[in-house]
Amino acid sequence: MDYKSVGLKAGIEIHQQLDTKEKLFCHCPTTLREVPEHTGEIFRYLRATESEMGEIDRAAQEEMKRDRKFQYYTYDTTCLVENDEEPPSPVNDEAVTVCLTIARMFGMVPVPQIHTMRKLVIDGSNTSGFQRTALVAFNGALPNGGEIETICLEEEAAQRVKDEIFSLDRLGIPLIEITTSPCMHTPEEVQQVAEHIGMVLRSTGKVKRGIGTIRQDVNISIAGGARVEIKGVQELDLIAEVVRREIQRQQNLIAIRDALKDRHAAVHPEAMENVTDLFKDTKSTVLKKAKRIYAITLTGFAGFVGRQIQPDRRLGSEMSDYAKKCGVGGIFHTDELPAYGVTAEEVAQLRSRMKAAEEDCVILVAGANDKQAVCALNQVIFRANLALSDSPVAEETRKMLEGGSTAYMRPLPGAARMYPETDVLPVIIDDARWNAIEVPELLTTKAARYVADYDIELNYALQLASSEKLPLFERAVKEGIKPKLAAFTILSTATELRRDGVAIGNISDDAYCEIWKAVEGGQAAKEAVPDLLRSVASGISVKEALKTLAPAVSRDELESIIKKIITERTDFVTQKGKAALGPLMGLVMAEVRGSVDGKVVSEILRKEIDAAIAGQKS
Amino acid sequence: MTVVKLDSGYNIGVSPETCTFVEHPPTMPAKKAVVQEKNDLPTLSIVSTGGTIASRIDYRTGSVTSQFDASDILTAIPELAGIANYRTLALATILSENMTPSIWIELARAVHKEIQDGAAGVIITHGTDTMAYSAAALSFMIDTPVPIVFVGSQRSADRPSSDNAMNAVCAASAATSGLGEVVVVMHATTNDDKCAIHRGTRVRKMHTSRRDAFQSIGIGPVGFIEYPSRTVTLAPEAIRRGTNKLALHDKLEEHCGLIQFYPGMPPEVIRGYEGYKGLVLSGTGLGHVSTALIPEIKKLTENGTIVVMTSQCMHGRVCDRVYDTGRDLLNAGVIEAGDMLPEAALVKLMWVLGNERDRKKAEALMQTSLKGECMRRSINGL
Repeated sequence: MDYKSVGLKAGIEIHQQLDTKEKLFCHCPTTLREVPEHTGEIFRYLRATESEMGEIDRAAQEEMKRDRKFQYYTYDTTCLVENDEEPPSPVNDEAVTVCLTIARMFGMVPVPQIHTMRKLVIDGSNTSGFQRTALVAFNGALPNGGEIETICLEEEAAQRVKDEIFSLDRLGIPLIEITTSPCMHTPEEVQQVAEHIGMVLRSTGKVKRGIGTIRQDVNISIAGGARVEIKGVQELDLIAEVVRREIQRQQNLIAIRDALKDRHAAVHPEAMENVTDLFKDTKSTVLKKAKRIYAITLTGFAGFVGRQIQPDRRLGSEMSDYAKKCGVGGIFHTDELPAYGVTAEEVAQLRSRMKAAEEDCVILVAGANDKQAVCALNQVIFRANLALSDSPVAEETRKMLEGGSTAYMRPLPGAARMYPETDVLPVIIDDARWNAIEVPELLTTKAARYVADYDIELNYALQLASSEKLPLFERAVKEGIKPKLAAFTILSTATELRRDGVAIGNISDDAYCEIWKAVEGGQAAKEAVPDLLRSVASGISVKEALKTLAPAVSRDELESIIKKIITERTDFVTQKGKAALGPLMGLVMAEVRGSVDGKVVSEILRKEIDAAIAGQKS
Repeated sequence: MTVVKLDSGYNIGVSPETCTFVEHPPTMPAKKAVVQEKNDLPTLSIVSTGGTIASRIDYRTGSVTSQFDASDILTAIPELAGIANYRTLALATILSENMTPSIWIELARAVHKEIQDGAAGVIITHGTDTMAYSAAALSFMIDTPVPIVFVGSQRSADRPSSDNAMNAVCAASAATSGLGEVVVVMHATTNDDKCAIHRGTRVRKMHTSRRDAFQSIGIGPVGFIEYPSRTVTLAPEAIRRGTNKLALHDKLEEHCGLIQFYPGMPPEVIRGYEGYKGLVLSGTGLGHVSTALIPEIKKLTENGTIVVMTSQCMHGRVCDRVYDTGRDLLNAGVIEAGDMLPEAALVKLMWVLGNERDRKKAEALMQTSLKGECMRRSINGL
């Protein structure tokens, strides 16, 4: 696709959890917990409030279309601040420093004084109804020539357990938000920039690792379309696909609009009708359960509501997303009926009742009461009008679905969602503070250095540089361990053990170093490392684990062990010749139980086998 | 630093020299809810003293919005519509730590007039810091046939999670209920599930920030309001609507003090209250201060100051007959205040001294329960 002619403009927002000791606005640890460990539950209602400018944010208003009661799980690692029962502590200084470090790495300008804001979020993910956020720096540079507009320091939201239940362990973990300008023009470029930023973040060594600790939001627009923010893209590999699918969606919506105009399609909101009676004997379980069923005819929409705009997504899915904001389960439309238990006869009756011509599409909404059904149908009308309008793509916040398609979440929030957090004092960033920030080495630079200094392959070096165990590697090298031994253990041995189900998380950095020192000091062979790690992971100390290896064997002793083994198997050696090396190697290693380097064993064994063969010949 | 609001909504602080004045932003007209009076609903009076429950800070001017009418309240808390019709009175706009006995007097007079003018109940919005003092003050100053309900919020009204709306809705429900006394209505738990109705003379703010900071001490709440159903349940001991006839006793003797004893407190502290008409001591345990203070206390009582002993334990009753120090205090003229809360005792002392000149009678009044402030029995489990 020629993305230039499409007019693709894309930017990303990266949200990365910081690995600080305490949360951003309280002194709780930044520890994630298992849901069953929760120690208490509280529940609350949230209401939209006006901004300092006297407006209610449109995204917040959308969330207020129904009463929402939220439940929260508390833990022995959360406190009254997470419960919204205590004013926040001052901004976590460690988090500010990490933020400033990252700002320096991107060549940004810090704000002279950081002001914490409240960003209205009333989807329940924040007990307070807002997320605290502060602009820390702006104007950064990217390798593709693009720009990082801002870096913000935010508090992480609570994790949704399910439906309206949230877990408070995550709430308040410091989060850095990096926003680029719409400076990317191909899907692949978006992915590359995301990878680069991720690498810079990891270079600080102060960010959390693992699934869910980094999330990308992608901003996309094309010519004739609109800016759409897609939230929560967790896998980097999907970013390009998300962008491609959003281009497709916007193009299809534009094409549908043009076709609708050709048909003189129209929406007549006043034609909304209560059709509950039509379905009193229906076989459709959804409609049968519904207290109220309302319908509207969309003139000239037939065929378009059911038209695919993205894999597994139709214009009808968009209308359905909007309707769901009123608490209904979704919509039915005649492009997809008869189906779901609705018969052809019922469709015919509905069409006749709604005076729908062949070119028209009838939308059905089932609600618990008039208010809900009308609310949902009004949302459908709003979305249908949008499909007809000059800007058929709405500025929206959307969420990513599996595979890379997206669903509507809420309108793009405006500036009205921000008002000052009056409980937190501003933080001054003066020259002294800014200049004292140390810039860490980039992981890519580090990897190149490992290649040069330690003769480690580039691929390996890159893996090592971005490994969570990087600090362990650096410590090992500093303590005189051979870099290759440490690298191999970290990247290869430990990974294999983990796949084998060994709890390698139990192995401390000290234990790793002790084991390596034993290898370097000759108390254990390289080959014994996996067994030693296995023992340590099961709770045995390194000292004890080393004792289970055979006592250190001298070269003389080793030679006599080998000689004995060969003598006992003269026939075998005669028969196999040099090929006896492999099987005998195993026997010797079992005898010395990992206390001798395999290289030494094979060297002596080879010599002795040769001698044995030569001896027989002579 | 000058605070600049960016288009994104973020504020940042920059040096004032880097800023150039361009123009004032357009002012937005304040939104107003349409008030629809319904004949079948009772009329409540809302008297505001400046608590944050229904007020809004105008960030453009930095001031609290000064207008305060039924429409403002319904704009802020639309759920109030349908419970009652409202008339409003802005008595003061102060932070509650700046409350004074003279404002209590104004408040009592205003509330008395609202009831006289037919209010089915009165809601007083109040900052939470000194709400319990004000509730006690009005308890003594007004004999009321209708509910007088103090309400506030622990989390500011400008946040979506504020407890203001639920507390206000529950207060209005209590004010239209069968209750007939001065109470405080606030969250009963940290959840948005129910509010408790606390007797004005037995309530105390027991937490700096939690929603359920207000607790009845030595007595259970006199009722609960479930949310959002608004079902009001009154305890048997709650005073019912119409029990008392409306009367105002608006005299207070402000020259009274309250001090908390601590180990090592120098006698000069007591001496500092020379000339005061009344002094409440918040003593240790059963109601003690150090022996070193007793001569100074004796001097005070001999010079006409009424000295009342309460306990900083909050829970339980003082008894100065158990230990020598206690007996010495009694001999020095100290009056035991039973299980009265120190703050309620102070307010009561002001009221008693404002209304009774005879010392013996005043002392007797301090030991008589007038508005449920002293319990004759210490109930199990409280």
